[in-house]
Amino acid sequence: MITAGLVEGLAGIVGARHVRTAPAERVTYARDGLPTHRRVPAVVVLPGSRDEVIAVVRLLATHGVPVVPRGAGTGLSGGALADASAVLLVLTRLNRILGIDPTNRIALVEPGVVNARLSVAAAPHGLYYAPDPSSQTACTVGGNVAENAGGPHCLKYGVTAQHVLALEVVLGDGRVVELGSPGGEPWGPDLVGLFVGSEGNFGIATRIAVRLLPLPRAVRTLLADFMSLRTAGEAVSAVIASGIVPAALEMMDQSCVRAVEDSVYAAGYPRDAAAVLLVELDGGSDAAVTADAETIQRVLQEHGARSTRTAADSRERERLWQGRKKAFGAMGRLSRDLVVQDAVVPRSTLPDVLETIARIAATYQLTVSNVFHAGDGNLHPNISFDGRVPGLKARVDTASAEIMEACIAVGGTITGEHGVGLDKLRYMPLIFDAESLTAMRAVRRVWDPEERVNPGKVVPVHACREWSGAAKPRAIGPGSAERDRLGAADPGAVPRGSWEDVPA
Amino acid sequence: MSLLDRVRALLGDDAVEIAGGPDAVPRVAPPSPDAVALLLGTARQEGWRVRLEGAGTWLPADAPADLALTTRRLDRVPAIEPQDLSATAEAGIGCDLLRQQLADRGTWLALDPPGLAGRTLGSVVATATAGPLRQGFGAVRDHVLGVTFVTGDGRLVQSGGRVVKNVAGYDLTKLEAGGFGAFGVIVLVHLRLRALPRADQTFVLEGTREDLTQVAEDIAAAGLQPAALELMSPALARREGWALAVRLAGSAALVAAEEAGLRGASGGRFTALRADEAHGFWMRAAESFATRPVAFRTGGLPDSSDELLDLLQHQVGDEWVSASPGVGAIRWAGDTTVDRLRRLRRTLAGLEVPLTLERAPWSIRSAVGHFGAYREGVGPLVAGLRRTFDPGEAFVVAVEGSE
Repeated sequence: MITAGLVEGLAGIVGARHVRTAPAERVTYARDGLPTHRRVPAVVVLPGSRDEVIAVVRLLATHGVPVVPRGAGTGLSGGALADASAVLLVLTRLNRILGIDPTNRIALVEPGVVNARLSVAAAPHGLYYAPDPSSQTACTVGGNVAENAGGPHCLKYGVTAQHVLALEVVLGDGRVVELGSPGGEPWGPDLVGLFVGSEGNFGIATRIAVRLLPLPRAVRTLLADFMSLRTAGEAVSAVIASGIVPAALEMMDQSCVRAVEDSVYAAGYPRDAAAVLLVELDGGSDAAVTADAETIQRVLQEHGARSTRTAADSRERERLWQGRKKAFGAMGRLSRDLVVQDAVVPRSTLPDVLETIARIAATYQLTVSNVFHAGDGNLHPNISFDGRVPGLKARVDTASAEIMEACIAVGGTITGEHGVGLDKLRYMPLIFDAESLTAMRAVRRVWDPEERVNPGKVVPVHACREWSGAAKPRAIGPGSAERDRLGAADPGAVPRGSWEDVPA
Repeated sequence: MSLLDRVRALLGDDAVEIAGGPDAVPRVAPPSPDAVALLLGTARQEGWRVRLEGAGTWLPADAPADLALTTRRLDRVPAIEPQDLSATAEAGIGCDLLRQQLADRGTWLALDPPGLAGRTLGSVVATATAGPLRQGFGAVRDHVLGVTFVTGDGRLVQSGGRVVKNVAGYDLTKLEAGGFGAFGVIVLVHLRLRALPRADQTFVLEGTREDLTQVAEDIAAAGLQPAALELMSPALARREGWALAVRLAGSAALVAAEEAGLRGASGGRFTALRADEAHGFWMRAAESFATRPVAFRTGGLPDSSDELLDLLQHQVGDEWVSASPGVGAIRWAGDTTVDRLRRLRRTLAGLEVPLTLERAPWSIRSAVGHFGAYREGVGPLVAGLRRTFDPGEAFVVAVEGSE
């Protein structure tokens, strides 16, 4: 329970001005980047050092108070929201780059370091940090670790998990553990890999060692436009099948293109195109990148591109990318509210899934704009709406669920980089059976036995089984064996509401 | 009812091979993931101790147990999706067979693990034994999109999925990849593939270790991005001197440009291998690690490779050793003792370098452990995870050793 004495104790650790209790201050933290979830924390604490983080977490553990870690609050899943029973631990003051080792291409940072600032700091050494979420000028590395964030260039270079080498973590009871090693080989099981993407449920990363990459010596950025979404989707598969892995392969549909072109981020995308693809190739050799870009250009033309063009210089390249990276902001102009989804589908199903999404949008009379990481099959359907219109929010919810189910039906998943948070809890039983969800919860309890760190996120507790004692041996059924071989749960086959609930 | 009668009743006569191993421990080969779950659920109830085996070519089949569970009948490849560059394979498929099936569909799993060609996929994932291609394509975990595994008490658990990007739920796949079977038996693996490289060239330079170390640094400084950059001891490379092997793979344009860069960085001293020579070169090196009684890997920083090679030479010899100076990984094979391994691990720990024991007879594994002692605070986490996934301690895995 949060008492006046506890608040005093927090102020004693971090200083009174770094403890926010006034309603007007707390409401600032009631949302993240996704406007559809709102929770006002009881108290907001902004520690200034790892020692203060440890002391705060220990004090909260003593009082049995839930704690929710938060970075810049740019997340898109409601994952960093705390309710009135919890303390929000904002880590943005832990923003020091503790060191860059250019020889071994490693940086050691605190969790509140802004993603893009790390690349700026590494640039004089000819290095950069590869994961580049669209919010990279604001989001923090700590938040990226919690969410296992991606970004356009993760197609070639991998998501955050592939760039984190070692972590210092404060557990929910205030103990500190060091995971991984600067060389990347774990000391024992890969607990760094397990921690990354755990959405703050396993603890709070206070020091993060990341891998840096050499800045590419050559870059080519292509823009191709298409007269149908299907053709653009098919061209994506053709590019991937060429054997050349682009650094990035992004798609925007007409609605998104027009929103961008109507905004200050106008990038010169053709407004009449049904879709545009932004393809970037990079590498260490200008000759190789040029040759590969020519191959990709030919593939795009052979697969239905109406026109293709290559950015003539770095200025044009930046303009093309600014349109893509600011697309979410530009879509904010379309209407008062925006819901963004984050499903991933097998790349080959993109043409069909995009048509399905268009059908769902038409059925519910909604504006759905698509801007996404096509090379990964990572869709971001954005539904623009005005939440003040009676009944419209319910239609958006229904359409969102149908989009998600369509993605799952083709073998996809519910989130590729935004995380589950609060927003996708309801979809978790559609892709994981009760046994697997229960296993996840059991793992969380190893790190945080009281489930006090960022409670109520990621795993829907109601869908978990009791997990004690031996599993009952089951008869071998052809149906279940087939499901296991295919490796994806059939959403239609997931029993709902039939599991034994575990008290939270 | 005896153990064998019980297993036969559960899985049928053909799942049991009596006196399968040299120590006469009965070997059971369940025909499906569900059968694995059934067997382990029963093992939990009966208190049987189970050792895990794949093709039996990597870890010696010598851990004391009531029965050996082999994945060798889990050898199907339910899906290869060239357009999506993904595949789903059961854990008992041999890597050689899988590689051939993938190549027939124009796809490639960019992993070249140590060991014999027929090593199972499950063995490679469970031990996280990447080979020289780690330089260009990452660790084993980077190729695994998801797994289905069976816990020590017979629960089938899914993690990850079939798509190339996925953050739904905690990433239990990372725990299974490199967990040596302590957290479950992997029965099904979803893999990230690449298109078969249009060009694939290997170049070798022979010389002294010091000279080749400098060349490797020059290659890195030139901005080249080889698929593999491996410094090998003479015995491993089957050469008179040390060998620096460079593999370039990708589009024809990329490989041509990298080859030109390689020539520039080395003064044109490398010799190109023909395709069959290159295949034989890499395969023989990989197989050599399975012919020595002990193999381990260390993970240091790239700039510490030379110092670590000196240390290995001093403490355990360097006859069979292979280093990836670009990523700081070293693999060692040979014959050594418990005491030497412990001393080496302690020395390395002082340098903040982990040593993972990859293969050894049970007498050494059980004493030294795959991982040895953990850092402060990590032991309880690992113990908790083991209790979660193997509450009855059915799996006989030497995780920590006995020190």
